[in-house]
Amino acid sequence: MPHLELRDVRAGYGALEVLRGVSLAVDRGEVVALVGPSGSGKSTVLRVLMGLTPLSAGQVSIDGRPVDFRSRGELRALRDRMAIVFQQYNLFQNMTVMGNVTLAPLRIKRWPRAEVEAEARALLAKVGLAGREDAYPDELSGGQQQRVAIARALALRPEILLLDEVTSALDPELVNEVLDTIRTLAAEGMTMLIVSHEMGFVREIADRVVMMDAGEVIEAGPPAEILDNPRTERARRFFGKVLRH
Amino acid sequence: MDRILAQLPRFLSADNLVLLAEAAGMTLALTAVGCGIGFGLAFLLVYLRQSPGRWALPLRLLCIAYVEVFRRIPFLVVTYLVLFFIQAVASNASLFTIAVVAICIHATAYTAEIVRGGLESVPRQQIEAAQAMNIGRLRTTVLIVLPQAWPVIVPPAIAYAVSFIKDTSLVSQIGVFELTFRAKELNNQGFSGILAYGAIALVYFVISFPLSLLGQHLEKRLATSRAERRARRLRRA
Repeated sequence: MPHLELRDVRAGYGALEVLRGVSLAVDRGEVVALVGPSGSGKSTVLRVLMGLTPLSAGQVSIDGRPVDFRSRGELRALRDRMAIVFQQYNLFQNMTVMGNVTLAPLRIKRWPRAEVEAEARALLAKVGLAGREDAYPDELSGGQQQRVAIARALALRPEILLLDEVTSALDPELVNEVLDTIRTLAAEGMTMLIVSHEMGFVREIADRVVMMDAGEVIEAGPPAEILDNPRTERARRFFGKVLRH
Repeated sequence: MDRILAQLPRFLSADNLVLLAEAAGMTLALTAVGCGIGFGLAFLLVYLRQSPGRWALPLRLLCIAYVEVFRRIPFLVVTYLVLFFIQAVASNASLFTIAVVAICIHATAYTAEIVRGGLESVPRQQIEAAQAMNIGRLRTTVLIVLPQAWPVIVPPAIAYAVSFIKDTSLVSQIGVFELTFRAKELNNQGFSGILAYGAIALVYFVISFPLSLLGQHLEKRLATSRAERRARRLRRA
């Protein structure tokens, strides 16, 4: 049974349909990469999963159980098990690094403070930010903010982690720091759905690649198959472009 | 002119000065209490106006209607409406209470737009991040949005209150013992109108000017980013 499954999911903003029937599944401990041109709906898939964009049709299931996004309780339970790292970090600008990482564990999960703070320090050390606990987001570089966002998501002890182009806003020299962190998580067996443009990274880390275009899944399969021998003409054109870079 | 000079010693008698000071205190109290409560109610109004979901649509429309209606009614008319309405339901209400209620109604409508602008200045993405972490709307507003909206809200809110000090003169029409009412009385007692109204003009200025300077100071202080203040603190240390 897949850990996370989308079946024929449709979603949009007003008259614009961004997802036109997306089906995909992620097994427990699997890393699935969502690739495709901008505007193909990759980020919207993650937003739908977090209940930030409503789906107009289709079904999302966790451990085989369908989620009713209109039910507050089910939405809470879903968000309790999943965490997302946004492309633009979306850190709380009025809080320190420590404040950002510990807010939800302390106030929402109501875990004991000593434990939460110790874990936050450990996570920040893991993403290479030991000693920056008292800094504010505007005092950090983009790469550092992105890693705070990753630590903030991990502090919630999610079963499933959603990552939205976590390296696209970074300077090239910072990309590796962030990718290292994700490699570690993959090695530890976290279920992950990753939107990425870094084909080298996708090839290395993903168990499966799902290629999207215009709100639909075009191809899905192991990285070697999808990246090197795409079956469809659309995928061949896309990878022909991105892999030449 | 000679008449004014002749009246001056009697006008500046201790009794008169005390009465003027009391009237100035009343003007300030009306502004502070009315705008203070109005400011708090404005937060409530904006919070209700931002209620999500279809069921909250009538509530949202009501909040919008309140702001749009009361921003378009002259304050003096609001004051009379409140006077007659309150006297109809509770005849023993004090004039001060009536004036404060009128000011609240007006101030809520005006500062609601200031508050809304401030809350909406905080990037939507931070609110979505909070949602994704199961942080509720009230908590998100109090812990994340308000602290960042504060610097945007406070300066224009103070500017509004300071400028409202002048507008409180309108409640003299219903007989509240504030500065303008006092000037009218002094004038009726035979003092020159130039002297009476000149004196309260001076008092209005003396009250407003320092407060508006304070407002400008706060605006500058709030505009300096936390990072800059911290850097300065570190340099001093």
